[in-house]
Amino acid sequence: MNIIELIQNKFPDLVVSTHDQCGDQTVVIRKEGIVTLAKFLKYDPELDFNMLTDLTCVDYLKMNQEPRFEMVYHFYSLTKNHRLRVKALVEEKSPEVDTLCELWPIANWFEREVWDMFGIRFKNHPNLKRILLYEEFVGHPLRKDYPYDKRQPIIGPKN
Amino acid sequence: MVTGTLEKLEKMEQSNLFAPGFFTSKLSEAIGWCRKFSIFGFPMVTACCGMEYMSVACSHYDLDRFGAGFPRFSPRQADVLFVVGTISHKMAPVMRRVYDQMTDPKWVLAFGVCTCTGGFYNNYATVQGIDTIVPVDLYIPGCPPRPEAVMDGIIKLQAKIQAQGIRSTRVE
Repeated sequence: MNIIELIQNKFPDLVVSTHDQCGDQTVVIRKEGIVTLAKFLKYDPELDFNMLTDLTCVDYLKMNQEPRFEMVYHFYSLTKNHRLRVKALVEEKSPEVDTLCELWPIANWFEREVWDMFGIRFKNHPNLKRILLYEEFVGHPLRKDYPYDKRQPIIGPKN
Repeated sequence: MVTGTLEKLEKMEQSNLFAPGFFTSKLSEAIGWCRKFSIFGFPMVTACCGMEYMSVACSHYDLDRFGAGFPRFSPRQADVLFVVGTISHKMAPVMRRVYDQMTDPKWVLAFGVCTCTGGFYNNYATVQGIDTIVPVDLYIPGCPPRPEAVMDGIIKLQAKIQAQGIRSTRVE
């Protein structure tokens, strides 16, 4: 079964581009459709992607690529044993994507990490705050324009 | 206890066993001598230096020769804080809390280059040397330091403890 073709036929106006290398299938979409696509991927009986293995972000600053950010989702189906990578394009101006917490609870922590490191906001996220760094931290360190030697205020003991 | 000892010495003198005998020392030197051979370390192990710490703490290198072979896992029972491994900004308040909980007299030992200066972690997450958070008495560089270097450091710490006297206060 070709998952890419299935998605292209189902959402023709959502898919920006696709590629398939050695069975490693990737779909690049517009970010507005991530929840629609994710629902389809999870609840379609043929696809049955019941597991979100990874969710992360890439910063393409100074890489001659528009838009700047790209959300990357890795889906896996435990029953069908197939995988799919979905990339959603995110502009620098409004770095905001819909949350997938409702569909896969693990997205809660993944999305908090992406917020922490890249400063991408997630719409309707129940608890969008820093997960690895501390509240006093200024900026988002995995953005490519974050100075690598920037010093943050040292925090004291907390009660 | 001191008077008891003096009485004993007096009795010894009277018994003519050690006559004419006397014993002098400075109190601060005697206490320094006691302190330097009972280094109770609190091993605060956060990273890969811990492997080298385990090696140096085991019987092969025999830290008990320096009275430092008895790790205490409560800061309230410890004299020396062994900071072993990279300290991140998020770990820093925890380390400060551990240091504050230790009772005087206390010493801090920076084990490995990450604790000394941040090491090669020049980034957003790592504290650039634990001396930005707590006063450090001894730096043992190395990535990780060899057990010989640690023993050398402990000997130097002993010299420092011996020399500092009983009335010295810690500079924060």
